[in-house]
Amino acid sequence: MAQQNMIAFAKGLTKAFKGKSALSNVDLEICSGQVLAILGANGAGKTTLINILLGRLNHDSGDVSLFNAKAGSLEAKRLTGAMLQVANLPETLKIKEHIRLFQCYYPNPMPYEKVLAYAGLEKMQNRYSKKLSGGEKQRLLFALSICGNPKLLFLDEPSVGMDIESRQSMWQAIRDLKSTGTSIVLTTHYLQEADSLADEILLLKDGKVVKRGSSEAIKASVNHTTIRFCTDLDAAAFDGFDGVVSCAKSGKYIEVQTSNASQCLQGILAAYPNLEDVTVERAGLEEAFKQLS
Amino acid sequence: MGSHINHDQTMTFNKHVNVYWQETKYEWLKSIRNPAFALPAVTFPGLFYVFFGVLMNGYNPQAATYLLCTYGVFGVMGPALFSFGAGLAIERGQGWLDIKSASPMPGGAQVISRLFVSMGFSILILLSLGGLAASLTDISLTLSQVGVLSVILVLGGLPFCLLGLTLGLSLKAESAPVVINMVYLPMSFLSGLWIPIAMLPEFLQSFAEFLPPYHLSQLALKVVGLDAGGSVANHILILGLFSGIFYVFAVLASRKKAN
Repeated sequence: MAQQNMIAFAKGLTKAFKGKSALSNVDLEICSGQVLAILGANGAGKTTLINILLGRLNHDSGDVSLFNAKAGSLEAKRLTGAMLQVANLPETLKIKEHIRLFQCYYPNPMPYEKVLAYAGLEKMQNRYSKKLSGGEKQRLLFALSICGNPKLLFLDEPSVGMDIESRQSMWQAIRDLKSTGTSIVLTTHYLQEADSLADEILLLKDGKVVKRGSSEAIKASVNHTTIRFCTDLDAAAFDGFDGVVSCAKSGKYIEVQTSNASQCLQGILAAYPNLEDVTVERAGLEEAFKQLS
Repeated sequence: MGSHINHDQTMTFNKHVNVYWQETKYEWLKSIRNPAFALPAVTFPGLFYVFFGVLMNGYNPQAATYLLCTYGVFGVMGPALFSFGAGLAIERGQGWLDIKSASPMPGGAQVISRLFVSMGFSILILLSLGGLAASLTDISLTLSQVGVLSVILVLGGLPFCLLGLTLGLSLKAESAPVVINMVYLPMSFLSGLWIPIAMLPEFLQSFAEFLPPYHLSQLALKVVGLDAGGSVANHILILGLFSGIFYVFAVLASRKKAN
């Protein structure tokens, strides 16, 4: 990543709540036009990290800077957009009213029509927020987060509650924003989202960065292969083969994780030539995620 | 949209004023469209006044004048306490205020807009009370009395806005409406807003001295010559003192959030 394009960073970030560590010594850099995904289980520190970057939470030690300004300062806020998890929004305002109001908070708001187009809300401008489904609310929150033409956009679990179609169109919007030079930091549970959008993934566990790199690099760091086949036998029958890390039965299928795919597969097929429906697959992000966190 | 266009990130004065105006406008639309807030706020003081101030008094003009002032106080307290208290607590509980605080909205816009909306509701309430009094009773007030009374009542909502702000920043969304009613209704009664203070037992009468609505009602009653005879400066001082205390509480409550 080109260092001269770095627009925000955190260094040695540490935060504890009542003596319980929430983040310890977290470093990250955000470069312009980059999508950074923060992955981690519940309680790994994702939301704490976002809140510190937004200046909504004070950190105990370390440095945070956005656009050479303090996190949460007015300068930083004007260049930043945030989509946070919200249970509900004021019900008696219409979509267009919410957007118009948020536009006026910024010196150079994004044009109204463009906000609508990015968020896919053209057909429901006059709808009251009371009448929106979960996914539509997420789209409105996304619209509000981009109202100010942000250079840096924080998305906390953006596609929660969205159907496949809205999810795809939001991913497209994120790619379009990225291509205009907007940097995006997103947290997600949804690994496919990180896989298809992120230039860099930061894997958090118990407040520590356990892995950092591109989606490909993270997948490659887990050199497991899954062999999957259909059989009536028990999973335990496959424990002893070459490089087997784990075996599990799900329905009629058995999944064997191995670090030595070719030897293991040869061994299994020699012992049980009648297996049906055999597939071999390199570990995806999900396996990597399970293993690392 | 080039990525390196260096936008001017400063707000002109006009844009600043516009934020406050837009915030107030949408706060008003949000409130007036919400029947759970707007309906009781505007109709209850009028209904109570007709029942206690007009019918139960056998149309006695002096009692009707007295209670017009005290129900005016009761009326302006409602939107002040509920718009700030319950409204804020609910939006805070939903996480909606987090979105607003992450945006560059000036923190003051939130408070100023609600202040204006409370005042707007106060005016609606005073109009409805005035309309009822004019059509159902033989009250005679001069134009200047009506003017001074309106100004006192509309501005007198301020300490209750600040009390509401404190409650809205400290209470949980689910309990806020109940707690606010438990503050609002007993405080109104004990301040002599529902039935004249002189009709309450002796020990309650002296207790009223410690309640802000009592002092606001005395200021209002002064205008029509029906007050208990305390000094205007004293009442204003006490209301100012309460405002100061509630303001400090509100600041403390908002600091507590950002730990």
